[in-house]
Amino acid sequence: MSQATLEIRRISGHAGSVPGAGLRREFEVCKLIDTTTCIGCKACEVACLEWNGLTFSETTFNNSYQTMPETQWNYWNLIKFNEHERDDGTLQLLMRKDQCMHCEEPGCLAACPADGAIVQYVNGIVDFQQDHCIGCGYCMTGCPFNIPKFSPTARKVFKCTLCVDRVTQGLEPACIKSCPTGCLHFGTKPEMKELAESRAAQLREESGFATAGVYDPAGIGGTHVIYVLHDATNPEAYGGLPNDPRIPWTVKLWKTPLKWIGNLAIVAGLVGVVGHYLRFGPKLPPEEEERP
Amino acid sequence: MSASAVLPDGRICRYSLRERVVHWIAGISYLYLLLTGLAFWSPWLFWLATLFGGGTVSRELHPWAGLVFVIAVGFMYGLWANQMHTTQTDREFWRALPHYVRNEDEEVPPADRFNGGQKVLFWGFFWCGIFLLLSGLILWFPPLIPWSLRYFRYAAVIIHPVFALLTIGLFIVHVYMGTAMERDSFHSMVRGDVSAGWARKFHPAWYDRLMRAPH
Repeated sequence: MSQATLEIRRISGHAGSVPGAGLRREFEVCKLIDTTTCIGCKACEVACLEWNGLTFSETTFNNSYQTMPETQWNYWNLIKFNEHERDDGTLQLLMRKDQCMHCEEPGCLAACPADGAIVQYVNGIVDFQQDHCIGCGYCMTGCPFNIPKFSPTARKVFKCTLCVDRVTQGLEPACIKSCPTGCLHFGTKPEMKELAESRAAQLREESGFATAGVYDPAGIGGTHVIYVLHDATNPEAYGGLPNDPRIPWTVKLWKTPLKWIGNLAIVAGLVGVVGHYLRFGPKLPPEEEERP
Repeated sequence: MSASAVLPDGRICRYSLRERVVHWIAGISYLYLLLTGLAFWSPWLFWLATLFGGGTVSRELHPWAGLVFVIAVGFMYGLWANQMHTTQTDREFWRALPHYVRNEDEEVPPADRFNGGQKVLFWGFFWCGIFLLLSGLILWFPPLIPWSLRYFRYAAVIIHPVFALLTIGLFIVHVYMGTAMERDSFHSMVRGDVSAGWARKFHPAWYDRLMRAPH
C-alpha cells in the first residue's frame, strides 16, 4: 500500500510516455489456501510464531495431529485436522489452516466500541491496534469464525495480522513463505480468485472431486483469505468452517436500529422533561415553609 | 431517626439513614455505570471514558460498579418491596395521570408512602437490574463463554443495551421528579425529612396513617 504513493505522475526532462502510466493498480491482497495440497506439516504454525515473536504454547493431545483445540491469543495460525467419513464409508483426513479470514465486512470491527482499536486497510487487511483496545471482548462476539482471542495478562485481544508489517514492505506473509508444498499462495484478490477457481475446476474435471469449489463467503462480503475445498458443499467438515458465516444478527440490531431508536428516545426524554418544566413547572408544597 | 415518624419540630421523617445510604450507593454507582456505559454505547460519547481514566479503566471498573449497584438494589428490595405492591389507589393514579402531569394534584387519588409512579420506578429498576446483571456477567467474561455457547454472548450484547436504555428512561424521569419537579423530595433523600404540608399534599394516605398512629 505504501508503494502506491510512489507511483510516478510526471518525470522531468523525459521524452515519451511515463513508465507505468495508465496501469490499474490492484490494492486488495488475498491469501489462497488449497486444502487439497496441504500435508499438515505445520511449518506455517512455526513461521507465524517466529515472525510475530510469539512463544510456543502448551499443546493439547486429543487423539489427533492437531496442536490445540482452537487458535489462541498467542497462537494465530492452527492447522485443523478432521477425519471425515464419506458417504461410501471411506475416511478422508481433512487439513485446514485456520486463522483470521480478513473479512470484507468484519464483524469484529462492527462490534468494537473503542476508537481506532480495529482498522481495515484498503488492501483488505483487518488489524487490531492493541494500544487502542480496551479489552471488552465484543470483537469475539462479532466474529463469525471464532478468531479474536483475549490475553488474560495483557487484557487485550489479539489475532492474525496477515503479516501486515511484511505486506507493506512488499513481502508475503510468513506462513506463505514457509509452505513446502505450495498449497499457500499470496497475491491480489482477483489473481487468487482466478487461481482458486482454476484449481477447483481441475479438481472437479480431472481428480474426481465433483463438488470441489472455492470458499469466499458472500454473507460477509467475501474474505481476504480464501480456500479451495475438495467438497465446497460441506465446509463444516473442515474443522468447523461455517457454511454461511454472517455477523450475528443481534450485533447488527444493536449497532444500527437499536442505536438510532435509543438515541432518539434519550433525546426525546430530555426534551420532554425540559418541555414539561417550562409548561407546568414544579410541584410546590401548599405553603412555603422555612426549611430547617 | 426512623422512617415514617413525626419529628419534634413537627416535620416528618420520610427516609431513614439506612434508606438514604442505600439510595445514594445505588445512585452514584448508577451514574458511573451510565456515563461509562454511554461511552461504550456510541463512538460520539467515547470521550466520556476519558473522564473516568480511559476506555481500558472504564471497561475494568464498569462491571464492579455494576455489582455495587445490583447489591444496593438488592438492599432496596429488602427495604421497600413490601411497600411497593400495586393497590387500587395506584390503578386510579394511572387513570388520573393527565391530572398529575398537569400538577392538578387535588384530582389525584391519595397516595400512600409511595405513589404508582414511584412503584413503577422501583420495579423497573429491579427487573432491569436482574437482566443487566445476567447479561453483564456474560459480557464481563467473554473468554469464559466457549464457542459452543456463543449464542449466550449474542443474546447478551442485545439484552444489555435494551435494558440499560429502559433504565435511562426511568432515570431521566426520576431525576427530573426528584430535583426540578418536587424540590423538597431531593432534600428528603439527603436529610430525610419533609414538611407536614408536603406529606399532606403529595402522600395524603401516608400522612393520615402517620397522624393516626400513636407516637
